[in-house]
Amino acid sequence: MEKLPLKELLYKMADDQLIIGHRNSEWTGFGPLLEEDIAFSSMAQDKIGHSLALYTILHELGESDPDTVAFTRNANQFHNSIFTELPNQEYDFSLVRHFLYDTAEALRFELLTNSTCEPLAQVARKVRGELRYHTLHAKTWLKQLGSATEESVGRLQKSLEQAMPYALGMFEESPYENEIIEAGIFEGEKKLKELWMAKVEETISQTSLHLPDWKIVQPITGGRIGKHTEHLQPLLDEMSEVFRIDPGAEW
Amino acid sequence: MTTISASVKQIYEWLEDVKDPEIPVLSLVDLGVISNVEIDGDKVSIELTPTFAGCPAMEYMKNEVIEKLKSKGIPKVEATISFRVPWSSEFISEKGKKALKQYGFAPPPSNKLFTELEILENAICPRCEGTDTEMKSPFGPTLCRSLYYCHDCKEAFEQFKPL
Repeated sequence: MEKLPLKELLYKMADDQLIIGHRNSEWTGFGPLLEEDIAFSSMAQDKIGHSLALYTILHELGESDPDTVAFTRNANQFHNSIFTELPNQEYDFSLVRHFLYDTAEALRFELLTNSTCEPLAQVARKVRGELRYHTLHAKTWLKQLGSATEESVGRLQKSLEQAMPYALGMFEESPYENEIIEAGIFEGEKKLKELWMAKVEETISQTSLHLPDWKIVQPITGGRIGKHTEHLQPLLDEMSEVFRIDPGAEW
Repeated sequence: MTTISASVKQIYEWLEDVKDPEIPVLSLVDLGVISNVEIDGDKVSIELTPTFAGCPAMEYMKNEVIEKLKSKGIPKVEATISFRVPWSSEFISEKGKKALKQYGFAPPPSNKLFTELEILENAICPRCEGTDTEMKSPFGPTLCRSLYYCHDCKEAFEQFKPL
């Protein structure tokens, strides 16, 4: 099998983890509670660690080293879903995104534990346990705040409606979808989306929130092919600022 | 070609001296991150498996392993970080669990006990053995620790996370 389909899958996953990791880290020092500050900072560290593990596989497949890949590409060379690059906004939006994104992320790695790409399966088997803490965190807060006061429910509902078209964009299909599935590398975006919808419905049904009708939500795609919003480049500029000052620095 | 007279067992004993930089009472062996030791001629290869993929201490641990074995006269040491054997808190030895408790951390409960994290609430307080405890956050000062409060002795404590 050509390496290209596998690389495409690895890039989009690694970029998702890196970009959402960076957004999570923006809560450091600003969390609504000290515990939330620590939680988002810890999840940031985990997710950036996952991106490193995936970039390392790419490096073994002949791509540049992880630092070069993470810090020197421009926005149009990134394959993250647009959902991950959107600014944090207020805590309600960050929490809704955390829940929708991490639910998909955990399922994706779960499916990949059986991948025929052994290095990827090894990373997935490692990451799976860590992500249980992330989804636990997201579900705990979503259930509490999604059934609490009129204000908390109203804010989360509004964020849920805002987030959903972008969330569906996470499942934008790859041009190599069939090759990836046939080679047993990954069961594909359609399968993942089905599993994700069921999980999301299950948790939301335990709150006072209601999901928009799946059929009428139009997914916002483009991220996987490098078409991003105006929010990604400033994030990359900030993330790579220190690296660009002295790319050869020894730490 | 020179060969190494030390045995794999001896290598493990030497590695007992290398501690987790964030929990200095716990050796890498007791933490369970040494996933393979191989002796081949004059070379020793050590494989380390990360506790958490994003653990910033892994590179440090790797270098400490190399330093330690070189100081014991091993001419060639190779240390690699690998996900081949995914780390689990089950790998922490009984000695390691005791060391954690003496240091003030609740050791991780057996991860066979839970399938859903929702029932992780019941950590035993490492100070007073109290069981009326509450998880404040699954995330703590490092990736491998979570925050608890003990209603019996009214003290906060940390637990080494089950994984």
